[in-house]
Amino acid sequence: MPSEVMTRLDPKSHAAAKGMSDLSIRNLFIVPTIVFLIVFNIFPLLYSLGYSFTDFRASTNAPANFVGLQNYRELLNDPFIWKNFSITAKYVLISVTGQVIVGFGLAMLLNRSIPAKGLITTLLLLPMMLSMAVVGLFWKLLYDPNFGIINYFLGLGKFEWLADPDMALYAIAIVDIWMWAPFVMLLSLAGLSAVPKHLYEAAEIDRAGSFYTFFRITLPLVAPILMIAIIFRTMEAFKTFDLAYVLSSQPNTELIAIRLYKMAFQEWQTGMSSAFAYIVLIMVVAITNIYVKYLNKVKAR
Amino acid sequence: MAGVRTPREKWTNRTAIAAVFLALIIMLTPIYWITATAFKPRNLATTIPPTVFFTPEVSPFVKLFTKRSQLREQPTQEEYESAPWWEKMVVDGGEKVVRNRKTGEVRSSGYSDRFKNSLIVSIISTVVAVCMGTLTAYGFSRFKVKGEDDWMFFILSTRMLPPVVVAIPMFLMYRVVGLNDTHLGLIILYTAFNLSFAVWIMKGFIDEIPKEYEEAALVDGYTRMQAFFKVVLPEALTGMAATAVFCFITAWNEYAFALIMTNRNAQTAPPYIPSQVGSGLPDWTVIAAGTLLFLIPVAIFTFLLRNHLLRGMSFGAIRK
Repeated sequence: MPSEVMTRLDPKSHAAAKGMSDLSIRNLFIVPTIVFLIVFNIFPLLYSLGYSFTDFRASTNAPANFVGLQNYRELLNDPFIWKNFSITAKYVLISVTGQVIVGFGLAMLLNRSIPAKGLITTLLLLPMMLSMAVVGLFWKLLYDPNFGIINYFLGLGKFEWLADPDMALYAIAIVDIWMWAPFVMLLSLAGLSAVPKHLYEAAEIDRAGSFYTFFRITLPLVAPILMIAIIFRTMEAFKTFDLAYVLSSQPNTELIAIRLYKMAFQEWQTGMSSAFAYIVLIMVVAITNIYVKYLNKVKAR
Repeated sequence: MAGVRTPREKWTNRTAIAAVFLALIIMLTPIYWITATAFKPRNLATTIPPTVFFTPEVSPFVKLFTKRSQLREQPTQEEYESAPWWEKMVVDGGEKVVRNRKTGEVRSSGYSDRFKNSLIVSIISTVVAVCMGTLTAYGFSRFKVKGEDDWMFFILSTRMLPPVVVAIPMFLMYRVVGLNDTHLGLIILYTAFNLSFAVWIMKGFIDEIPKEYEEAALVDGYTRMQAFFKVVLPEALTGMAATAVFCFITAWNEYAFALIMTNRNAQTAPPYIPSQVGSGLPDWTVIAAGTLLFLIPVAIFTFLLRNHLLRGMSFGAIRK
């Protein structure tokens, strides 16, 4: 709870008598940020909302014609867009599941005394700090069917990771798992270290099996933090652009963000892409809402 | 962790440690491979079996910074002898360094400019975002704000927007005011998404500074403003530094906005490096050299940040 003195926005307060009032300091500190974000994030969205009802193309000088809801109707009836959505859903599922298994597994392994544990943890976290576009690109060399080290070490011969239409999405997801499993690991470690030791001791006295201990003690207590990791990664995977864009140009790996980019900046269907952006936006805001609810829940504990 | 007692537990523990080291090796292999490739001669970068042992050389870095073309005719002995050591390296690789016809100056590749652009845009956007973010975080932390949770959600939600969604209207608006392909245009975009992050993280840090410090200062006759600058800010410096590093890394790594909003003048390194792969047989040693230089600052920062990573990655929600 904030104390009485600090929260009073009293223009006649002791401090205010000499300097600026608390109220004006508060506004001076907060308002510029809010204005900045409204001008550069919300206003542009309102601007494009207008365009989403037109057939505007930014590549021509032709004036925009109002077409009403036609863009939205066309998009929602377009089977190709639905395909993009299903590819994205598949990608999110593969990559988030992989990250949770690898990340949580690593956290379980690390949750004991290990020589040089701090250094190992930091090294394991390195991939998630790197640029997806730049490092992701380098995986093209690792995946190369002729001289990539992955095929060599796994003994897969000339396996086509990125050219095979069925494999490419998995190949991209593997890079994503490599980069972001450390994130799940980081949060899981925090969750695991917060589990009270006496619970394990009690379980041991009761001669509970390790299976029972894991499902009845570890998992339920780590679940809220793990959930944050899952929601956050779901949201990020849903937005994936960099990685898939530099690694593959196949139709089978065309995620929503890539379709949107192509529609807006290669086909120059500005009006249509604005409408599409709005559909994506609504979905992201929905996931963000769930995310923040969970954040507050964990914070409150 | 205490209590490794039975032989079975000891065995489990050893297996786990072995598994951790195996995982570490697998996780770091791609980074090692980038580093190794950056010091290989071109013909060893793409061999079967992969070349693990080789004499490292710096020719990939020489090639990274210079403009080159295919060597059509071998230089005469005399020409070769008079060339500087780094130019000989390029010639040995079957290429020649392109020089300005009139002045004879070596023409540089686009990399150093892109690197400089990355630095300018990342540093300025970080400084602005951390300064504004700290003030706003203080405002939310210490004063009553009506609908505080809603404002904080609004601030966070701007960060969650997919870049391409924001880029479509921004591109159109920038075109009107002439901000496409400028540093300022990119700085504004990067400041916007780093600002929301900075507010969230800094609020966590400032919440932890005891309010009694300021109260004491106010009683001593400081104005609120003085109390903020002389009491709160010094306490918040560590947090600001950590926040700044996070913001810098985010801006440094950003790809989508840079790809859409810039092409020559203000282009940063992330869209530039992939554009060098193009069609045909790319020279992976040069790409690895460019990638390695680009990654080094981030790797150093990750080590400096190691104790704040959890907080930063969870938007300040989880603290150790």
